[in-house]
Amino acid sequence: MNSVLKLLLEGEALDTQQLGKILGLGPDAIERELAELRRQGVLLGMRPVLNPSFEAERRVRAVIEIKIRPEGIGGFDGIAERISSFEQVESCYLMSGGYDLLVVVTADNLYKVAGFVHERLARIEGVQGTSTHFFLRAYKKDGFVVTAEGVRRDQPSVSP
Amino acid sequence: MDDSGRYVARHVTSLPKSGIRDFFAIVSKMRDAVSLGIGEPDFVTPFHIREAAMNALEKGRTSYTDNRGTSQLREEISRYVAKHYGPEYDPENEILVTIGVSEALDILLRATLNPGDKVLYHEPCYVSYAPSVTLCHAEPVPVRTTSADQFALDPAALRAAWQPGCKVLVINFPTNPTGGTADRAKLQEIAKFAIEKDLLVASDEIYSELTFNGDHVSIASLPGMRDRTVFLHGFSKAFAMTGFRIGYACGPAAVIDGMLKVHQYGIMCASIISQEAAVEALRNGRDSMLHMRDKYRERRDFIVRRFNELGLPCHLPRGAFYAFPDITSTGMDSLTFAQKLLEQQKVAMVPGTAFGSAGAGFCRASFSTSYERIHEAGERIARFLDTIRRG
Repeated sequence: MNSVLKLLLEGEALDTQQLGKILGLGPDAIERELAELRRQGVLLGMRPVLNPSFEAERRVRAVIEIKIRPEGIGGFDGIAERISSFEQVESCYLMSGGYDLLVVVTADNLYKVAGFVHERLARIEGVQGTSTHFFLRAYKKDGFVVTAEGVRRDQPSVSP
Repeated sequence: MDDSGRYVARHVTSLPKSGIRDFFAIVSKMRDAVSLGIGEPDFVTPFHIREAAMNALEKGRTSYTDNRGTSQLREEISRYVAKHYGPEYDPENEILVTIGVSEALDILLRATLNPGDKVLYHEPCYVSYAPSVTLCHAEPVPVRTTSADQFALDPAALRAAWQPGCKVLVINFPTNPTGGTADRAKLQEIAKFAIEKDLLVASDEIYSELTFNGDHVSIASLPGMRDRTVFLHGFSKAFAMTGFRIGYACGPAAVIDGMLKVHQYGIMCASIISQEAAVEALRNGRDSMLHMRDKYRERRDFIVRRFNELGLPCHLPRGAFYAFPDITSTGMDSLTFAQKLLEQQKVAMVPGTAFGSAGAGFCRASFSTSYERIHEAGERIARFLDTIRRG
């Protein structure tokens, strides 16, 4: 794996200057690597991982299971791409199992999610049914444990 | 006024306090300090190992065990040591489960030393070796190692340090604090010397899984050495299990039997919960161990390069998770350097002299921490050096 990507995936907040020092490269070289990763479509973007309890005070998040009929506008892909184009949609996946698409949406409040489902999703041709589940509480997100206590360590700051 | 000090034995009163404890006191009170002073993995024990401990509690496995440790654990240790180190030990009478290598070394010394006996060991070294010898009313005989050969034990220096009365030789490869290792050829020379002088070798191999360059060789696997070597190992470093306090000793039956006597009266047995976790570590912990080792290696390369860039010459440690940069170019001694660095830039490194006088001119920096912290420490050390070099 690309050494810059490997380091980014460790999940530490490092800027290009720091990445460069760690890998023994100049910041320019890091920028070039990042640009190359974007060009290849490997790296889509970078976002901070926020504590879900911080987010929850501002936004609600829900997963929506969607059953679709893959006829008309370009089959599964056509419908999925259309659903993905809504800004409320954070992620959208084609799934195996009891439903076809799994969509994660965020909105200011519950009513806005409801509105999105009824007024947008349900009206798309080919959408047969939806089932919406709201996130209540997160315990771990993107590899970070977020329980109240987290992982507490009574490690001394110097030891033999 | 507390004058209870008069009750403390002379040889205990005369023991120096560990140099690390002074530092610990200062650093622990300091906010936003970056500590490179931690001698333990910056990983939480892998989950499946913690789960084994939880399982022991759930099943109510909370009793004493056989003084030697559970038969299950001794059998796993026997298999693990044979597979990765070579020598075969009988779980019945050649393996003893202890409270970490610390206890194993302590009871080995207590079981073998008569007052006045002498013990050879190489310096810089782990802080407990010399005091443990002194506590046995025996005499520590240090052999200096130097950065010239990356702190490997030079057989010639060992020979020069030898005196009549030397009975035990303690070795520790990879070495805390220097990351020094010993290859087969060097160990063969050390082994030859041990046989010639009829020494019992205590080989502390706690960092052996964390060998980055070449294969780790145990002196116990060399011809003629199995029956004069006690192989000391544990779970703290390889499996990030420091708080479980669990280790073991493997050696010839009569020595293990002597150690068992000291152990059974002093300790009784290691915690059964830790023993259950240790079984899981040996059975299924290899993948997580290798994963952690890769992370250490990457961080090692970074920190060593940083020290060298900063003009603090630092050899590439071949094992363990400590860098040991030479700080003599600053004109300070180790303690002054470490103190001033802590005061001015809030970075904690352990002065090399905490590991014996051979550590003078060096400081120990653990790289078992995040890139972010290592990077930040590097920036702060750069600022610190800048102010000294300008002033």
